[in-house]
This record gives sequence, structure tokens and C-alpha cells, in this order.
Amino acid sequence: MNQVIEIKNLSKWFDDFQVLKDINLNVKKGEKIVICGPSGSGKSTLIRCVNRLEVHQEGSVRVNGIELTDNVEVIESTRKVVGMVFQHFNLFPHLTILENLTLAPMWAKKLNKNEALEIANKYLDIVQIADQAHKYPGQLSGGQKQRVAIARSLCLKPEIMLFDEPTSALDPEMVKEVLDVMTKLAEEGMTMICVTHEMGFAKQVADRMVFMDEGKIVEESSPEEFFNNPKSERTKKFLNQILH
Amino acid sequence: MFKSKALRTWCHKNLFNSKMNSFLSVVIVVILFKFLSYFYAWFVTNAVWIGDAAACREASGACVVFIKEKYNFILFGFYPRAEIYRPILCIVLLLSLVIYSSYEKNWKKCTLILWALLFLVSTILMGGGIFSLPIVESDQWGGLPLTLILSVVGIFVSYPLGIVLALGRRSKMPIIRIFSTCYIELIRGVPMISLLFMSSVMFPLFLPEGVVIDKIIRAQIAIIMFVCAYMAEVVRGGLQAIPRGQYEAAEALGLNYFQTMRLVILPQALKVVIPPTVNTVIGMFKDTSLVIIIALFDLMSTMKTALKDPEWLGFNVEGYIFIALIYFMFCFSMGKYSRTLEKKFNRKGTLT
Ligand SMILES: Nc1ncnc2c1ncn2[C@@H]1O[C@H](COP(=O)(O)OP(=O)(O)O)[C@@H](O)[C@H]1O
Ligand SMILES: [Mg+2]
Repeated sequence: MNQVIEIKNLSKWFDDFQVLKDINLNVKKGEKIVICGPSGSGKSTLIRCVNRLEVHQEGSVRVNGIELTDNVEVIESTRKVVGMVFQHFNLFPHLTILENLTLAPMWAKKLNKNEALEIANKYLDIVQIADQAHKYPGQLSGGQKQRVAIARSLCLKPEIMLFDEPTSALDPEMVKEVLDVMTKLAEEGMTMICVTHEMGFAKQVADRMVFMDEGKIVEESSPEEFFNNPKSERTKKFLNQILH
Repeated sequence: MFKSKALRTWCHKNLFNSKMNSFLSVVIVVILFKFLSYFYAWFVTNAVWIGDAAACREASGACVVFIKEKYNFILFGFYPRAEIYRPILCIVLLLSLVIYSSYEKNWKKCTLILWALLFLVSTILMGGGIFSLPIVESDQWGGLPLTLILSVVGIFVSYPLGIVLALGRRSKMPIIRIFSTCYIELIRGVPMISLLFMSSVMFPLFLPEGVVIDKIIRAQIAIIMFVCAYMAEVVRGGLQAIPRGQYEAAEALGLNYFQTMRLVILPQALKVVIPPTVNTVIGMFKDTSLVIIIALFDLMSTMKTALKDPEWLGFNVEGYIFIALIYFMFCFSMGKYSRTLEKKFNRKGTLT
């Protein structure tokens, strides 16, 4: 009943190339979903349909019971409750870290500057980067950038967080600091969809694993079953490649 | 001793580090020396600094007297001599505000208000008619004030218009996109001279009987129409340099189109295109001299008129060098300012 995300019979094409084929996926409040699958299988496209960075052609996507259409108001209000973290951070390079964080609260939520600053400082503390507040993104390391990007999303107090391979662009020694932030977020009960190949993180955090290949959901199961007893051959092969 | 050694090392490293380089250095030094000594003879040794036209004709050097005699007319055209303090005041105010606005700390709303005020004040100053200032009709305005007014107003209006057109050309709405694209391509397809002609000859035909629009305003409109198309393409180049991730991040944060553009995309895009923007501005500053063809007396035209004075025929070189120096001063400052801005923004780490 309390599904915050309902994806029904979702299909999407880029010109005549079908990226998503009849996807069905429901996410309950507080649930953590980890999506994995080979490159090009449509993982990014799927989660980008949830905040309508991508427009689908068939089926429906509902967030908090509201169907996503071309209605701009619906899209904008959805984006305020759905935070997104990108592989390449996408921080705004011309703004300081603090300004990156206060931008959306001030303009999208119309908070005044002091309220926005209070929220921004709170989340900078949470991701442990308060000492960098007045630097520019170009002066931070990859791991720090990604933590700032997470904090930036959190400043809108979203109910759902989407992560698109948040650690794939990082040097290995920085992966942990980002995963730690995500784990903490998960423990606090955030609803999360993570596209990631960090299987340690997945085992620890996921309520459900989703494996995608060629635009389809091939397997959807609990982490125990997914890692110990995968049903499909493709999943087995993929896990073999990624774990060894 | 130390200094001369440092100089020797520097010369060796930069001027004589290969046979080819040494050869070129020597050739250039010789040419430079020839030119400078010729110029010195022309401008100092043989020049006429005091005297009349006859003395000038006899001498082989520059006729500085000609400039002394004519600079008033070249700079201010047919503006009544008794009122000449008015355009001077205008120029001083304008240049002061330009310098004030060039500092980043003054980039705020109240500077815009100052500009609006300046616009009002200079219109009153130049035109007169109130505060017991005698009326000076706009066909008596000329010289440097006219050039500066046409350029400054031109930049102020065509820069924002260019931004709007650039956004329009990339818009998802087909009508806006097609209109912007057609406008830009159409304007870029014709020379500015033809636009000036159209605005001065054809434009009045479309106006209702009895309505007359000042010739300066008509020229100004033509200049704006022309420059904003070029500005649009410059800005579009900047928009294209911004990675898609920036748009997506802004949108994913719930910012709407205008907020995304104003707060995230344009601040970055406009910085990327500072050099071509200033290039366009410099081009426009010089192109204002084309208004000569619709009989407006800008700096270039007043100089040409001064050359035609029967008493002072034949001093073309002096006249052209004089206004070349004025144009150079302005254009060089703009170029210098552009490089300062670039450096400042690069230091801030504009791009990741
Ligand atoms: N904007 C686009 N235009 C055309 N094809 C695209 C676009 N974005 C992604 N694709 C294609 O869609 C497929 C799925 O992409 P994506 O969702 O990014 O996969 P994943 O995130 O699983 O690696 C890929 O084959 C990719 O080439
Ligand atoms: Mg991807």
C-alpha cells in the first residue's frame, strides 16, 4: 500500500533503440534497492525516469501516488522530494561549497538565506566537510566532491534518494568515505535506489537486489538469495565477473 | 653589473638562441630602428607645433597645429561652442561610471540604477530644454559623445537581447526556436550598412503620418539589431560548452528553467565566452563609424569633415593618426579589461 515509487510496464526508446523493456518495480517507504547489471543495460535510464530527467514512452511512473506527466509543476514538485546523486558529482563549479548547498533551498523552496545556511551547515557537518565550506568544488578531492553532492541533495529534505554509480568515478581510497555516508543515510531510514557495483555495500544495506540486462529486469530478489543462489545464468555470470 | 649580465642572458635565451632566431631579431631591430627614427623626424624634428597652415605646408613633418586647431570640432562636431562643457561633462560622467562598473564588487542592482540615471542626465545635458539649458537639436550632436552613446547604449541593450536570442535558439519550443534562428541568420546574412539604410530610409515609411523618430535613435536601433545577432551566437557558443550534467543537476534539484539558466548555466557560459564577447564589443565600437552613411557625425565623420576645410587641406595623415589613437585607447582598454576578467575567473576555478 505504502509504495512511494510505482513503476508499471515502463518502456522507453532512444529513437528506435529500446532501452527499457516493460519494467515493473515498486519501492516501499524506507526500502533500499540496489540495481546492478552490465554497462549499457539501462540502469541509469531507469532511475532517471523516476525524477523525469528522462521521458518514457509507455507505462507509468508514480511517485508518492502522483503520476509523472509533462506537467511542469508535477515534475518540479517531484524533484523536490526525489534527490539524485550522479556519477560525476555535477557540482556547480562557479559556486562555493556552501553556495552549492544553499542554492536549491533558497530558489526551489524559497527559504530565506539564514534558514538555507542553517540547513546547509547541518548537512555539511553530517558529511564531515564543514571545514571546506568556502572552497570551490575544483579545490576538493573526488570523495569530498561526492559527499558535497550528497549533502546538496539532502538540503531539500528529500523522501527518496537516487544514486547513479556514486563511487565509480572515485579513486579506490575514496570509495569508503562515500559509502559510509550512504550507509548512515540508509540506517536513518531513507528510501533509496542505488545503482552500484559495490557488492559489500549492497549486502550490508540492500533490502532487495535488482539485476538488469538489455533493458529488462532479469532478477529481483533478497540479497541472501541473490548472492548465494541466483536464479538466472546471466546473473551468475555477472556476479562471477564482478566478485572475482 | 649584475643587471647587464641578466640582460645578456635574457637576450641570449630569447633573441639569439638559434640562427634563424638571431637573423629575425636583427632584421626586426633594423626595421624598428628605421621606423622609429623616421617617425621621430616626422613627429618631432620636422613637425610644426606652432604656426599656421602655410608653415605646415612648407615643413616636411607633422602638422600638429592642424590637430590643435581642429580637435574641438573632431571631438564634438557641430555642438555649439558656448555649450561645449555639456558633452565634456557627459563623457566624464560616462567614463567614470564605466570604470566604476568594471569592478566586480560593484556588480549589483544599484549600479544599474546609476546607469539609468546617467542615461537620463546625459539626455538632458546633451539635448537641453529644461533647467534653462538651451536646446541643442540632436543633428548637432557629434564626435566622441555620439560614438560613445551609440556604443554604450548598443552594448547595454544588445547583450541581454543576445542572451535571450541564444536561449531562444536552443529552446524546446519550436516557434521560439525557429523565430530566433531565422532572426539570427537573417541579420548575419546582411551587412550592417544595409541595416542602417533600412532603418533610416525604410523604417520611417512604416510610421504613421507625422510621427518622426530621431535619426540617432534609428541608427541606434539598427546597431542593436545587428549586434545582438552576433552576441547571440557568441553566447550560444558558451551555452554549448557547459556539460549536460550541469543542466541535469540543476533540474534534479527542482530548479525551474529560468532559475537553472540564471543561477547555474549562464554564469558559467558567459564567463567562458568573455574573449569573443569583448571581441564583438570592440567590433561594434568601431562599426559605429558606419553611421557616416546616414549623415550622422560620429568621431570618424567629424574628422573627415575637418579634413575638407579648404584652409587646412592635405593633412590626412595627422587626422587619421589622431582618431586612430582615440579608437586604439578605447579598444586597447577593453581588451586589457577582458584579460583581467579572464584571469580573475580562472583563479576562482570556474571549471572543474
Ligand atoms: N541520450 C541518449 N541517447 C541515445 N542513447 C542513449 C542515451 N542515453 C543512453 N543511451 C543508450 O541507452 C543504453 C542504456 O544506457 P544507460 O541507462 O546509461 O545504461 P547503464 O547506466 O546501465 O550503463 C545504452 O546503450 C546507451 O548507449
Ligand atoms: Mg549508467
